[in-house]
Amino acid sequence: MNNENPHNQSITELKQTAAQVRRDIVRMVHAVNSGHPGGSLGCTDYFVSLYFRVMNYSKEFTIDGKNEDIFFLSNGHISPVWYSVLARAGFFDVKELATFRKLNSRLQGHPTTHEGLPGVRIASGSLGQGLSAAVGAAQTKKLNKDNNLVYVLMGDGELEEGQIWEAAMYAAHHKVDNIIATVDRNGQQIDGSTEEVMSLGDLQAKFEAFGWHVLEADGNNFELLLPALENAKAATGKGKPVLILMNTEMGFGVDYMMGSHKWHGVAPNDEQLEIALQQLAVDVASDY
Amino acid sequence: MKEYTYTEKKDTRSGFGDGLLELGRTNPNVVGLCADLVGSLKMGAFQKEFPERFFQVGIAEANMIGLAAGMTIGGKIPFTGTFANFSTGRVYDQIRQSVAYSGKNVKICASHAGLTLGEDGATHQILEDIGMMKMLPGMTVINPCDYNQTKAATLAIAEHEGPVYLRFGRPVVPIFTPANQKFEIGKAVMLNEGTDVSIIATGHLVWKAILAGKILADKGISAEIINIHTIKPLDNDAVLQSVAKTGCVVTAEEHNRIGGLGDSVAQVLAINKPAPQEYVAVNDTFGESATPDELMEKYGLTENDIVAAAERAISRK
Repeated sequence: MNNENPHNQSITELKQTAAQVRRDIVRMVHAVNSGHPGGSLGCTDYFVSLYFRVMNYSKEFTIDGKNEDIFFLSNGHISPVWYSVLARAGFFDVKELATFRKLNSRLQGHPTTHEGLPGVRIASGSLGQGLSAAVGAAQTKKLNKDNNLVYVLMGDGELEEGQIWEAAMYAAHHKVDNIIATVDRNGQQIDGSTEEVMSLGDLQAKFEAFGWHVLEADGNNFELLLPALENAKAATGKGKPVLILMNTEMGFGVDYMMGSHKWHGVAPNDEQLEIALQQLAVDVASDY
Repeated sequence: MKEYTYTEKKDTRSGFGDGLLELGRTNPNVVGLCADLVGSLKMGAFQKEFPERFFQVGIAEANMIGLAAGMTIGGKIPFTGTFANFSTGRVYDQIRQSVAYSGKNVKICASHAGLTLGEDGATHQILEDIGMMKMLPGMTVINPCDYNQTKAATLAIAEHEGPVYLRFGRPVVPIFTPANQKFEIGKAVMLNEGTDVSIIATGHLVWKAILAGKILADKGISAEIINIHTIKPLDNDAVLQSVAKTGCVVTAEEHNRIGGLGDSVAQVLAINKPAPQEYVAVNDTFGESATPDELMEKYGLTENDIVAAAERAISRK
């Protein structure tokens, strides 16, 4: 069993890493004038927490991920944050971030195993499929007597897909209690706010009614997010799947992107990029 | 015409169920998933003997495919079971993204394919599944012809790394292939050598092709009969060698004429050596409720239809 994180950063270090990752995100989407910065920026602190502090894993990537914590991204469109974090965590050279969405790249618009990118275990992009895959992987861990955990991130708009609720029902019925699912509750989707487009209502009550243990977290504050992630870990192994409703702000860290669905899938122009980079200052910049 | 006889009839789905049970005993990585059709898929024996490796999913096929894809991560070999309709059309995007594009070692096992599902009618009689599955890059598509071959195919696909669609059916049909046969994925089986026409059949139509071959022999026509259990990858060499000898071909399948075995054979011929071809297949329509035999008659999938198609093909040489 792997019970250590290869980085184990302090909160001060995590904040620096997060700023660097956010710089990567805006530069990546700017370079190809496409991609999804809003959700990526909102979830940066979550990804950085998992890969630089919370998850116990080996930097030597294997698809099977035996005896280590493994992560699935269900809302694959926020690939920029995942790619940056994987590179910064040591899975591949940060220079490769420059190939994002370009011909012959391993960094496809949406994540995939097809080109063999270390860190990715299944393709995602078409929404609603990641929870099923993560639950399946969690059951295999149980069959393998592997005590490490499975993490999965979903978008909140994605919860409109019926398959999510099939998987939610299944995980509770089969007592898949070695999974920590997180919902990025930024309240935004492409056509507007989630409550305008398709109201999600009381997600805590909904998941509890489906038999899950539900926690809430602030996804843009390490001082609050890290304890919530530890609480989630402590809630595993008790017969119920665990869900974190993580409140985030879309575009967090770049003021003109914050709180609006308009930056879901739009890249900044040259001038906007410069403004963003000024706002995402780091002590020692190491842009790719 | 080589003689084919049988002493027993059985459903091909039972070949799957018995194969899966044997796999349970020989391969500890094999796991079974079923969407509320354990009895119909003949997965009950596996479930009973290996409860810790069997997962009841309920009526939630999309989740079943996603779970199976996830279970491969860590080395399991999932066999999913439901009707062919719910194994393919209902979950096409899940198969496409989570299984095929992701290159996952999932075995999608589909019963009640085609018209011979019978009285339940067109909602359940999928005739497009081979087409949908063969269009997915990396997907292997297998449609065995009898109980013994289905059992052998079930054992063989566990040894094959990569996604597989295994299609079988509900009715009892003659068992005419050998027990404990070696099943080679992608390898056509020569059933009868002939010189006038090639009859290339898959699934339940293979036995009907044999019956047609006898009728043709009585008419003085020498039919070469080939059992194509693997539609993708197709045994191109077997098709080309046979048609080079006979000069024309009939394809026979319990599937829409669009997108099935016939189109695969036509493509190989068109690219390499065009030859007259006749299709015995469902003519781009939905099925309906009736007995399997009534449906095969109405939709033109009998031995007599194969005979007529052979005569048409020969006349076009």
